[in-house]
Amino acid sequence: MKQTTPNPNRLNHLRMLVSRFAFIVLVVASFALMLIGKADTMLVERVRTFMSDAVTPVASLLSQPASTVSAVMDNLRELTAIREENSRLRDENARLLRWQTAARLLEAENDSLKGLLNFVPGPRASFVTARVVADTGGAFAHSLLVTAGSRELVEKGQAAVSGEGLVGRVIEAGHRSSRVLLLTDINSRIPVSVGNARARAILAGDNTERPRLLYLRSQVRVQPGDRVTTSGDAGAFPPGLPVGIVTSVDDGDVRVEPYFQRDKLEYLRIVDYGLMGVLTDIDPGASRPATSGELR
Amino acid sequence: MQPSFWQRMNGVSRHQLPLVLTLILMLVSMVPTRLPDFMSISPMLTVISVYYWAVYRPDLMGYGSVFLIGLLEDMLAATPLGAGPISLLVTQGIVMSQAKFFRGKSFAVTWWAFLLVAAAAAVAKWMAVALVQISVPSGAAVLATYGMTVAFYPVVAWIMARFQLAILREV
Repeated sequence: MKQTTPNPNRLNHLRMLVSRFAFIVLVVASFALMLIGKADTMLVERVRTFMSDAVTPVASLLSQPASTVSAVMDNLRELTAIREENSRLRDENARLLRWQTAARLLEAENDSLKGLLNFVPGPRASFVTARVVADTGGAFAHSLLVTAGSRELVEKGQAAVSGEGLVGRVIEAGHRSSRVLLLTDINSRIPVSVGNARARAILAGDNTERPRLLYLRSQVRVQPGDRVTTSGDAGAFPPGLPVGIVTSVDDGDVRVEPYFQRDKLEYLRIVDYGLMGVLTDIDPGASRPATSGELR
Repeated sequence: MQPSFWQRMNGVSRHQLPLVLTLILMLVSMVPTRLPDFMSISPMLTVISVYYWAVYRPDLMGYGSVFLIGLLEDMLAATPLGAGPISLLVTQGIVMSQAKFFRGKSFAVTWWAFLLVAAAAAVAKWMAVALVQISVPSGAAVLATYGMTVAFYPVVAWIMARFQLAILREV
């Protein structure tokens, strides 16, 4: 009898070999991708931006139910505490009105002093508001996708701000979406100044909820509770944006709790302060102008 | 009797179920949940999915698809390229190489085995990220993510099993 089908055992063996070969090739390909991601950042970024643009409408749709549910939950929670909230707000309002008077006085004084000093104001800020549709990366990267891109004049390097303070910066701007790198991400480095002494440092994320302060001079005394604001160095952000509060000082390891809460971020303002951020692509034809936002 | 064209198309499209479900889970894992402190330790849902299908229907999702899913995840999550594929390939590779062990095992045993496989996947991704960024990201967050992934396994596996029963019973 003539055999028309190959031996099933041999076929299985062959299939296993092919599968093993594919596994090894793909593992090698993954390592090659790591190298490519390091070497050709422009290409990778373009592909990433394209993918984010493509997925944003779907993500936007998916994020609707989540925000509806959370809105309903918030409503219920607020209803139960509405009386206490009301009296607390009344107290706070009275206190803020006193502050408002003080602020008005200081503003007037500040204006007249600026007039005396021929102060050059920094460029005007303009902003767009964008909805957060995806929170990506989990424990391995902290970034958000928002629904505003280059058609809303969002550019790489601009600051992302919530009501509480600085959230991060735009690292990719697609056509209709852009990616915001949170200041807690391992790649985030932000020049800040700490406390009333305005000690300069770099706020470095490490994928935890509390980023670290680096390059703080050792003689500078930093205490828990000190306010951290952007310093305006390097022209990345204008000076004075609220960032967070020092929560722990432990043998040179200073941790900062950002003002923003990652789970509460629903809308962000992407602000253009007119600064040449550190993330702008290098254009060999143009020289970098001096950063104007640093004048204090 | 040879199956007709439409019968074959039906079979082929039903066989895409693991891929489609994994992609959907990937998108779901990116939805901002508004739960305090959840997003930075959110479970690796794609690892669960890849593991489930490698155990129960290893014929339907090959290394190539798994590689592409990981790549897509890296693109969308801004994690270093290659970290996603590595962790998913490790997951599938372990299960495929131990196929005899997994055959006909109870749910509890598969979950217990997932405890080990997910650890390998998490460590692989962690090391890949550390390798590319030349700085070690927080181990505590990765550990928490691993815990969440193991804890979410029963829920995701249950949903997958419903789909498997509904769509892949005869094909």
